[in-house]
Amino acid sequence: MSAILEVEGLHASINGQQVVEDVSFAVPATGITAVLGRNGVGKTSTIRAILGLIDRAGEVRLAGERIDGLRTHRIVRKGVGYVPEDREVFGSLTVEENLQLAVRQRQPRRDLVDSLFPDLVQRRRQMAGTLSGGQQQMVSLARALLNDNRLLLVDEPTKGLAPLIVDQVADALEEASTTVPILLVEQNLDVVRRLATDAIVISDGRVVHTGRAADILGDEALTHRLLGVGVAPAAGGAR
Amino acid sequence: MSTLVLVLLTGVGLGALYFLVASGLSLIYGLMHVLNFAHGAFLTLGAFMGFEVARRLDSTSWWAFAVSILVGGLVGAGVAALTELALIRPLYERHIEQVLVTVGLAFAAVALFEGIWGSDPIYIQAPAWMRETTGVLGAQVPNTYWVLMAAATALLISLVVFLRYTRFGTIIRAGVENRAMVTALGIDVRTAFLLVFAIGGSAAGVGGVLAAHYTGYVSAHLGSTLLIFAFIVTVIGGLGSLPGAAIASVLVAVLQQFANYYLGGTGDIIVVVALAGVLLVRPSGLLGRRFA
Repeated sequence: MSAILEVEGLHASINGQQVVEDVSFAVPATGITAVLGRNGVGKTSTIRAILGLIDRAGEVRLAGERIDGLRTHRIVRKGVGYVPEDREVFGSLTVEENLQLAVRQRQPRRDLVDSLFPDLVQRRRQMAGTLSGGQQQMVSLARALLNDNRLLLVDEPTKGLAPLIVDQVADALEEASTTVPILLVEQNLDVVRRLATDAIVISDGRVVHTGRAADILGDEALTHRLLGVGVAPAAGGAR
Repeated sequence: MSTLVLVLLTGVGLGALYFLVASGLSLIYGLMHVLNFAHGAFLTLGAFMGFEVARRLDSTSWWAFAVSILVGGLVGAGVAALTELALIRPLYERHIEQVLVTVGLAFAAVALFEGIWGSDPIYIQAPAWMRETTGVLGAQVPNTYWVLMAAATALLISLVVFLRYTRFGTIIRAGVENRAMVTALGIDVRTAFLLVFAIGGSAAGVGGVLAAHYTGYVSAHLGSTLLIFAFIVTVIGGLGSLPGAAIASVLVAVLQQFANYYLGGTGDIIVVVALAGVLLVRPSGLLGRRFA
C-alpha cells in the first residue's frame, strides 16, 4: 500500500531539549494509523515536528513531496488538517469565526460538519471559550474537516471528555476516515481498537514497534511491554 | 467649575493623543510580542512630512490640514511596513533582538531628523479655528483638543470594526490569542504582522501631525516624549488590549492634567506612581490580553 506520509530520521527539540529522536515511519494512504506510547514519550512532539511547529530535522514527505523545509502554513495548505491536543480553539472568537478562519477552499464542507456536529449549528454565535470541552473538541475537529485534506493529524481528541462525547468524537473520526487518512495520537485504547487499522508505538522519542493495530492490542504481553498497561476487554479499563 | 471642566476636557484631549500612539503599540505587542521603540520615530516622521506638505500648500487652510493628516498617515504606514519587512521579519520569533533593533532604529531616526530639520523646534501654522477656543460650561477649551478627540474616536471605532468584522481582523484577534494555531490553520501570520505594523504606523503618523498641532511645533524629539507616555498607557491598560489602551489613555491623561493643575505640576510623577501602583496590584494591567 502506498504511503501518504513518510517520516525518516525525524529529530525535534524544544528549547534545545531533544524530544523526538530519529523517528521513522510511514502512514498508509487509507484508514487510521494510531500513534501509541506512554505519556511524555514524544507523540505530540512528533506531530508538531511534522507540521514544523517545533524545531526539527529529518525528512518528511507528503505523497512523495518533501515538506520538512516548509513553514507550517505552507504544509497545512498542501492538505494537512491539524486537530491539536487540548483543542486550541480561539476562546475569544465565536464558533463561526473559528470555523471561518479554518476555511481554505471555495466550497468548504459545511454539510459534513453540520451533520457530524449538529450541536455547533445552534452555537455559531457563541464564544468558543464558553463551550464545554466536548463542544470545543467538535469545533477543533470541524476546523480540520471543513477542508478537503490529504491527511489529518489528530492529537488526543478524546482527552478529558465524557464517555458519551468520546463516542461522538470517535464516530466523527470514523466517518472522516472514509475519505481521508488520519494519523491519530490516542491514549484511549478502546477508541484505538475501534478505529485504528495500523499502529506505531513510540518510546523515549523513538519508534519501537509498528504493525497492525489489532495485532498489537491483541497481544497482551506486547502491549504491556510497549505501553505499560494491561489491555482489558472493552468493558474494563481503557488505558 | 469652569477650571474643573477645562482640566477634565484637556485631559481627555491629551488622552486622545496618547491613544493614537498607544493603539499601534498595543496591537503590535498583542500580536507579535514586540515592544516597538521605533513607534515614536514613525510619529515624528509623520509630523515632519505633514508639516512639509502643509507649508507647501497653505498651512492655514483646512484642506492643507486634511492633506497633511493623510500624508502623515500614509508615511507612518509606509515606514512602519518597511520596518517590519526589513528589520523585524528577518528576526522572526527572536523577540529580544526585535526589540533591540527598534531601539536602534529609534536612536538613528532622531539623529537623522536632527540632521535634516535641525534640533530646534519648528513652529507650525494651523487653520484659524484650531487656534481658537470653544466655551463649554464656562471653560474655554482650545479647539485642537476637539480635533484630537474626534481623531481618536474615529480610530477606535475603525479599529473595532476592522477587528470584529473583517477576515484580517479575525486573524489578528486569533493571533493575539494563539499565534501558532493560526499558522496551523494554513494562514501566513506574517501578513497580519505587516498589517498591524502598517495600521499602528498609520495611527502614529496621524498622531504625529496632530501632536504637532497640540504642541504648536514639530521637533526631532516629538515622538520620543510621547512614546514614554504611550508605553505607560499601554502597560497600565494591559499589554495587547486595545480597549485597555483606550481607557488607560484617558485615565492617565486626566490624572496627569489634574495633578499638573491642582498638585503643583506633579503630573508626570503621578503618572509614574500610577504605573508602579498598577504593576504592583495588577501586573497584567487593567484589561490584560483582550481585544475588541
